[in-house]
Amino acid sequence: MMRTRVALVAGAAAAALVLAACGGDEDGETAAPDVTAEESPEFEAGTTMAELAEAGQMTIGTKFDQPLFGLADLEGVPQGFDVEIAKLIAAQLGITEDNIEWVETVSANREPFLEQGRVDMVVATYTINEERDKVVDFAGPYYVAGQDILVPAGNPDGVEGPEDLAGLRVCSVSGSTPAENIRTNYAEANLVEFDAYTDCLEALLNGQVDNMTTDNVILSGYVSENPDEVELVGNPFTEEPYGIGVPESEDKVFCEWVNDTLNELYEDGSWAEAFEATVGEVIEETPEPPATGSCETPGAA
Amino acid sequence: MTSVLYDVAGPRTRQRILVWSLVGSAVIVALLVVAALRLADNGQFEADKYTPFFEEPALWRGIARALRATLQAAAYALVLATILGVLLAVGRMSHSQWLRLPSIGVIEFFRGVPLLLLIFFFFLGFPLAFGVNLPALWALVFGLTLYNGAVIAEIIRAGVHALPLGQTEAALAIGLTRGQTMRSVLLPQAFRIMLPALISQLVVLLKDTSLGFVIGYVELLRYGQRAAEQLDNRIQLTVVVAAIYIVINLSLSRLATWIESRQRRVAAPGTHVEEVTEAVGRQG
Amino acid sequence: MDAVFQNLDLIRQGFTTTITLTLLSAMGALVLGTLIAAMRVSPVPPLRWTGGFYVQVVRNTPLTVVFFFFVFGLPEVGIVVGFYPFAVMALTVYTASFVAEAVRSGINSVPVGQAEASRSVGMTFTQTLGVIVLPQALRSVIPPLASVFIALLKNTSIAFAFGVFEGTSASNVLINRFGSQVLQILLITALVYLALALLMSAAFGWLERAVAITR
Repeated sequence: MMRTRVALVAGAAAAALVLAACGGDEDGETAAPDVTAEESPEFEAGTTMAELAEAGQMTIGTKFDQPLFGLADLEGVPQGFDVEIAKLIAAQLGITEDNIEWVETVSANREPFLEQGRVDMVVATYTINEERDKVVDFAGPYYVAGQDILVPAGNPDGVEGPEDLAGLRVCSVSGSTPAENIRTNYAEANLVEFDAYTDCLEALLNGQVDNMTTDNVILSGYVSENPDEVELVGNPFTEEPYGIGVPESEDKVFCEWVNDTLNELYEDGSWAEAFEATVGEVIEETPEPPATGSCETPGAA
Repeated sequence: MTSVLYDVAGPRTRQRILVWSLVGSAVIVALLVVAALRLADNGQFEADKYTPFFEEPALWRGIARALRATLQAAAYALVLATILGVLLAVGRMSHSQWLRLPSIGVIEFFRGVPLLLLIFFFFLGFPLAFGVNLPALWALVFGLTLYNGAVIAEIIRAGVHALPLGQTEAALAIGLTRGQTMRSVLLPQAFRIMLPALISQLVVLLKDTSLGFVIGYVELLRYGQRAAEQLDNRIQLTVVVAAIYIVINLSLSRLATWIESRQRRVAAPGTHVEEVTEAVGRQG
Repeated sequence: MDAVFQNLDLIRQGFTTTITLTLLSAMGALVLGTLIAAMRVSPVPPLRWTGGFYVQVVRNTPLTVVFFFFVFGLPEVGIVVGFYPFAVMALTVYTASFVAEAVRSGINSVPVGQAEASRSVGMTFTQTLGVIVLPQALRSVIPPLASVFIALLKNTSIAFAFGVFEGTSASNVLINRFGSQVLQILLITALVYLALALLMSAAFGWLERAVAITR
């Protein structure tokens, strides 16, 4: 019963996406590579992969407000590295782009969404950590970022690392790992929280906060947009392995399969291609993809 | 009242008013010019902040979709809140303590709690408690329903109380039960005089749909902010979004005022129409 | 429940901000709202128009949009203050439009004879309004003002999305840390707001009795 309802909703959403895609931008600003779906792949019966491949559609949670990783365009369709990775994985299940329903996940609701089965997987700059691993399974990492600090050009406060933040107004997004890190480990800093990183950037540009902090790769995007106004401290003080969240299971079959798929994407070059088309806009050098971990103790690779 | 606060201005006063009005306007214009210059300094008048409105049909399609999402949430919430409001009002006016006291409790609780918390409850808490997923739309709609249902219950109560006592007495005298009196005599009349208050409440409701932005429901406000990330013209887009809200709400408010003035003329003698309108319109 | 009781400091810190935010904005809104109500009944047409325009526009704009204008609009014209002052400003400006309407209907509730009498002993408009009408109007305005200010208390929760750490932010931090205790955290937060609202309405009830005329 529940399944049919979800399927109906997903179908309707997919139809809406098709419509949106038809009216999409012809000037093709995003040079994302075309993803071709596998034709009727075979999976062992009873597995999540078989179910998804059978359904021919899936629901994926991603950020809609994260430049480079997942940012909704004017039609409301997300674009970015996370989105490309998700499309590539879906393609291995024989699911085409048109049959993916994108659901916006904000930092605060990723675990609940997975636990409640509201999404089939989450690809949303989702840092693998112990606490989250208790309630969801993590495949990957497929990228490793590090928390860094963005300061006004010339670094007027002389910030070299998180220790220098004491007494300064530091902006980050409520519910995000970087914000929690500052709150618990650098309590001297005056943490200001917003709903989206762009709000923080604006507050930084007009002097309402002294600096902002989150993962370096996101901050790099802002530096490339405003090279005269802001600069990156360039001293990452954490390691943020981005994982792919899937619902917790006993046998970890789906999680392992996502890991295998990631490794295939590393080998055939599509990971690098996706990177260059998205994050590559601000980071010239395409890094080596990180080694995927085990689904039992993720990130421990 | 207002007419007796002062005499009609004589020629000298009129002149003084004119002079001060000009001075005041000059000051306001000067402030606006300073603001405009500052905005210009910040590049807010550069063409690329405005061209998307003319060159991006996707933007207007998106705004239309987002407006529909806003109206949809408001419409669902209005219907559900009215139903809840009637139930709570009848409960509160009931002669049985077992209905009255819980109704009072429910009304006071949902009127006293920030709407944001009610929305969070349906978005994050409800699925955990009942194992049922609610899409953002319904988390927003149910949050709005609880709060507005409680307010509408109070509007209905005010509406029933505004009716002349004779209506109840006459109904009971011809042998109707209390329930029948409420259903066939009081509520239909109360609904008519409540209409303006209900429409004013719809304005409140429509404004509150913008809280959907905290749970990722893409209504007008959130779409505007998100589009601004692409187009880098947040101020201009926020002005457009605000204008849309104001036009819709102002029309609704006007409609409420018009219906109210019409009812002052046609309501049964002894009905206190104004008391109903005063019972609402005070919540932000 | 542990989530809340182990973090009472955080909750207290948040709600202290909620309370000061409410009090400051209430004072600001009372002053600005009364001023606007006075403008709306004044003999000077441009003042009446300005007052009417203010009320119509602000009342029909969502508070969240007002917040956006203050937090992201004012810096564009070079006005940069902290997020807390911005929140106070946004709440003041928004609430003032409701205060103005309440005060205006209060002014209309004062018997006409009062104004006539004061005019006939030679008082000017300012004196009539300031010394005779407004003091009596404010008395009958207390109950509606109580509703306006309770709405204000609840509205301060929106500041959480605009860089202010208040009660709702505190609850949100806890929800992020203790995802499984969402219900308890939300319930306790709601009860604190409810308690504050009851306290406020008790204070207004006391005020109403204190200024009531014994006839």
